[in-house]
Amino acid sequence: MKIAVCVKRVPDTEARIKVAGDGKSIEESGVKFVLNPFDEYAVEESLKLKEQAGGGEIVVISLGTDANQETMRTALAMGADRGILLKTDVAAPDTLAVAKALAAELKEGEYDVVLFGKLAVDDGTHAVGAMVAELMDLPCVSSISKLEVADGKGTAEREIEGGVEIVEFALPAVLTTEKGLNEPRYPALRGIMMAKKKPLETKEVSVEVSGVEVTGLAHPSERQEGRILGEGPDAVPALIDALKNEAKVL
Amino acid sequence: MAAILAVLEQRNGELKRVSHEVLGAARGLADGMGAEVHALVIGPSGVGVEGLGDHGADKVLVAADESLMLYQAHRYAYIAATAAADCSAVVLGGTAMGKDLGPRIAARMGAPYVNDVKSIDASGDITVTRPMYSGKVIATLKVPTPCVLSVPPNAFAPVEAGKAGAVEEIAVPDMGDQARATTVSIKEPEQAVLDVAEAGIVVSGGRGLKEEGDFKVVEELAAALGGAVGASRAVVDNGWRSHSEQVGQTGKTVSPNLYFAIGISGAIQHLAGMRTSKVIVAINKDPEAPIFKIADYGIVGDVLEVVPRITEEVKKLKEG
Repeated sequence: MKIAVCVKRVPDTEARIKVAGDGKSIEESGVKFVLNPFDEYAVEESLKLKEQAGGGEIVVISLGTDANQETMRTALAMGADRGILLKTDVAAPDTLAVAKALAAELKEGEYDVVLFGKLAVDDGTHAVGAMVAELMDLPCVSSISKLEVADGKGTAEREIEGGVEIVEFALPAVLTTEKGLNEPRYPALRGIMMAKKKPLETKEVSVEVSGVEVTGLAHPSERQEGRILGEGPDAVPALIDALKNEAKVL
Repeated sequence: MAAILAVLEQRNGELKRVSHEVLGAARGLADGMGAEVHALVIGPSGVGVEGLGDHGADKVLVAADESLMLYQAHRYAYIAATAAADCSAVVLGGTAMGKDLGPRIAARMGAPYVNDVKSIDASGDITVTRPMYSGKVIATLKVPTPCVLSVPPNAFAPVEAGKAGAVEEIAVPDMGDQARATTVSIKEPEQAVLDVAEAGIVVSGGRGLKEEGDFKVVEELAAALGGAVGASRAVVDNGWRSHSEQVGQTGKTVSPNLYFAIGISGAIQHLAGMRTSKVIVAINKDPEAPIFKIADYGIVGDVLEVVPRITEEVKKLKEG
């Protein structure tokens, strides 16, 4: 089974994000960058699929600058076989432009399964996987929390409001992964050592510049610090009164 | 006349509440641009679409077929992109369906897609705001037409507008085997659960609850308020609660009218997911917990003593 896992380099979720001097980007110095948390589920699922199939190849693909190599090595350390960096200098390209560049590469690879994290925790667009599927005319199930694949077919579950959708599909397919699908393994020391020697190819790609323009980034307005109404159960009547008569939400 | 396509959403043949919010957002956009609103309803026959003119639809397009009862991604995307062919913009809800369908429509139209749109100004160019880094930053974007915009639940209010809302049936294509991925069923829990991202009131519990069984106090308060149960990452990671309830950067972003943080200290990744709630109440035994910095009202104390008392008072209020 040949599997592609598309990954993104993002700021750690615990990082404090500061708007840079230009007012249109973020200050990157001092920010720790990691493999997008949702992509970890995609990498883990690819390893499970390969183990289940009794063989195959897992290719990690990422779009961005040379800095992405470190992120890709994390996936290689978890067990992926090789990497392809689609190198571009376009900062924060539009989702459709990213999808087009990835789809062009993925078409070459003839993959049985293409995996993405359901969203990247930086821009949170939740879009690229489904766009790639549309551009490649492949079936796609997004935000999967359970997956079974056998005999060229699959069944996936995806969480919806107050329930779970059961979706059946044929391979090749694009799948995007939700938390809960699996427990991503930690790279072992041996894996980290081996990852340094795994092939990581760089391809220059041109990415369209979209018509969407970021005109400004700002920090959300600080919430006014509220008040402590008291200690213990005795403070409850004051809370009920405030919610009913002041905030008018009860 | 230029048109904005509002893609509405039905479940079990009934329009979801977010549909009226989508229509409200589309109406605002259309009024700014001097355009009409075409509402699109994809589903089985018999979805109640009569009153949509009162909520801002100039025209209602209905693609009805029993095979469209469940969300069939490929067919829904084809129908919506076809209906959007001459439209200046498409607006849809940031629900489980919309998050999957929006990017597909955009890819088919070759148009940019912007999700999580919190405000729209269409008086000149289309300018929207949206959170990034899970709300740690708010971005302002200028968006060209045509475009696909997705609005999260609880961000836009439904509008009252006496438009015609004339209903027009549109053709449902027979796509044969092209569907390739088929939604075969929806598994629902025996007791219906309100989704944390859609609820007007959310009661979330965190590590301050000492044991899994203590979550009962959170569930009881949520039930008394008619709200949804939420959870911090810590209690999801230790297996007490399902990920579908997680609020925060690796869970859901919520924006209810009232948010209770119970035994939640307020890690940055949790705050990112709930800071736009209109009113925040925090209950925590640690008076220095960061959650108190963003809460409107706080009570310092043992959650197992304080929360049942709140539940009791809420019940009295509702009965009174």
